[in-house]
Amino acid sequence: MRREGSPFTGVGVVFLKEYADHLGSVRMRVLEILVVLIGVGFTALAIYNVRKTIQRDDFLFLNLFLYQQEDSAVPSLLGALAIVIPLLAIGLGFDAVNSEFNRRTMSRILAQPIYRDALLLGKFLAGLCTLATGLTALWLLIIGIGLLTMGVPPSSEEVTRGIAFLIIAITLAGVWLAIAMLFSVIFRSTATSALCALGLWLFLVIVWPMLVPSIAALVATPDPLANRVGLLSDSQIDWFFGLSRISPSGLFSDAAMVVLQPQTDAAILRTPTVGMLSQLQGMVRGATLPLNESLLLAWPQITTLIAIVISVFAVAYIAFQRQEVRA
Amino acid sequence: MTDTVIEIRGLRKDYGRAVAVAGIDLDIQRGEIFGLLGPNGAGKTTTILMVLGLTESNGGTVRVLGEDPVRNPLAVKRRVGYLPDAVGFYDNLSARENLLYTLRLAGMPRAEAIARIEKAIARVRLSDVLDKRVGTYSRGMRQRLGIAEIIAKGAEIAILDEPTSGLDPHATLELLDMIRDLKADGVAVLLSSHLLDRVQSICDRVALFNRGAIAMQGTVKALGQQVLGAGHAAHVEADGVDVEARLRGVAGVQKVERDGRGWKLTADRDVMAEVAQAIVQGGGRLQRLATAEPSLEAIYTRYFEEHKDAA
Repeated sequence: MRREGSPFTGVGVVFLKEYADHLGSVRMRVLEILVVLIGVGFTALAIYNVRKTIQRDDFLFLNLFLYQQEDSAVPSLLGALAIVIPLLAIGLGFDAVNSEFNRRTMSRILAQPIYRDALLLGKFLAGLCTLATGLTALWLLIIGIGLLTMGVPPSSEEVTRGIAFLIIAITLAGVWLAIAMLFSVIFRSTATSALCALGLWLFLVIVWPMLVPSIAALVATPDPLANRVGLLSDSQIDWFFGLSRISPSGLFSDAAMVVLQPQTDAAILRTPTVGMLSQLQGMVRGATLPLNESLLLAWPQITTLIAIVISVFAVAYIAFQRQEVRA
Repeated sequence: MTDTVIEIRGLRKDYGRAVAVAGIDLDIQRGEIFGLLGPNGAGKTTTILMVLGLTESNGGTVRVLGEDPVRNPLAVKRRVGYLPDAVGFYDNLSARENLLYTLRLAGMPRAEAIARIEKAIARVRLSDVLDKRVGTYSRGMRQRLGIAEIIAKGAEIAILDEPTSGLDPHATLELLDMIRDLKADGVAVLLSSHLLDRVQSICDRVALFNRGAIAMQGTVKALGQQVLGAGHAAHVEADGVDVEARLRGVAGVQKVERDGRGWKLTADRDVMAEVAQAIVQGGGRLQRLATAEPSLEAIYTRYFEEHKDAA
């Protein structure tokens, strides 16, 4: 049976209302505080150390995102974002749908001439815009502090790479927002929904990266020669790649690294990660990768992230359509 | 003029093996107040949700203002106002913002919505708290705000689910007044309730729900005759004569019972004049003579007593 009328009637109204709600909420205040703390803290740390090096660096600004002190437990700004972005997204999305049921506003809203599509999509877009606002503010803050303290303007390529990174970060936020909203559709209790989303976050962001090397070592065919030299075998590397990309944060770090670090050898020496290894294939050592090549390398990860957003949202959508309205 | 706004034929809904609504037929006319009555879980709310297209039926048809609420839900929802059981609003927003949101969802231009909200709020007497947060509202005020939403939306049909539950007697009376006002505007009102005496006073027709089916429908008076078997009931208070014997002597009287200080009689026709005459001629002093409307409560109780085996 075909239904009549556009599924997008009312998306704009829902979006504006939810966006205004988010911006005025306590959660937004928390997000703002986090943005300032992370921005100022990590940038100051990076600049303090970057100043000490006299080595010439063509991508000084990008280093602000990547700088990590040797032998320190403090992650780079990138690492911190990989942990914090999902948390922020969960914070905005975990009660998106079930709170409407708990406030008993759901049936009244759905009795208005809109489809359920509009409600879910409007809420998702509002959450994403809120996160994008916060992340853009953070990005501008970092660039601003960099400009003030280093006194060197960023090159146009650095700015472009920075914007690409911002978009990847917003995509990661979208993934976790969609996941949080899926839980908010499935569970009527906001507490259950929040706990499940946080549980998944804990597993994918913290636990999974620790498990991947051991699993890779267990399942991959060992190579006695490589083992003797203390290197990973080809099969182990393949498994390592595949497994670590299961986590959206793995995909995010991969893509962000490739975009932010065009100097391949420096990358390998400083932080050997999965993305670097794949980037090395067919590379001239010491050369700088042009922007479009970097984007091309990061493209599979970016599209995968977008695909995750769409498929998780689709599942949430189907679950929501089938839900009974009565509380 | 009869003008059917809601037409339900053979409507069914089951949740797995449990039957919520088992094939009901209903017609609701423009400008009438129709009551869906019955115990909790009898299928009243499910019926309402199917009329609104918020739940899909398992069979049968619904036509609301000539439209199918499943196939063309937006057209139906644009013209129907709904006040759910224990209605909720966004507590952090004011009454004005809450209504503005729903009216904008209904596709109304902002300026028109603002003007309509002022008027509707005045009608439900909430003007002085229009810009207060709804979180500070009492239950009765929320229900009135829900009515204001229906008025502002300009709905042709108002569907109210348990509008008076949880309200104190004063708030209930106020709300019933507002429902009567809706009817005066030519709005068809469909309301569900398990509070019978209140509902009786405003409903033109009622349908008695039992286990997903409509046991009876019609005017309260017609149902009274059907269930209580009494065409006319009257209450008589008199002294100075053997009242009971006198009453029994009147042609048409079927039953005479002692009831408090007086007697309750049931007859197959209007016997008021004859009763008065019989008592006065016998030398008695007639102190009170009143017709008793069949009470919905009595009909309801009697019906469910008689159908206990079925239930």
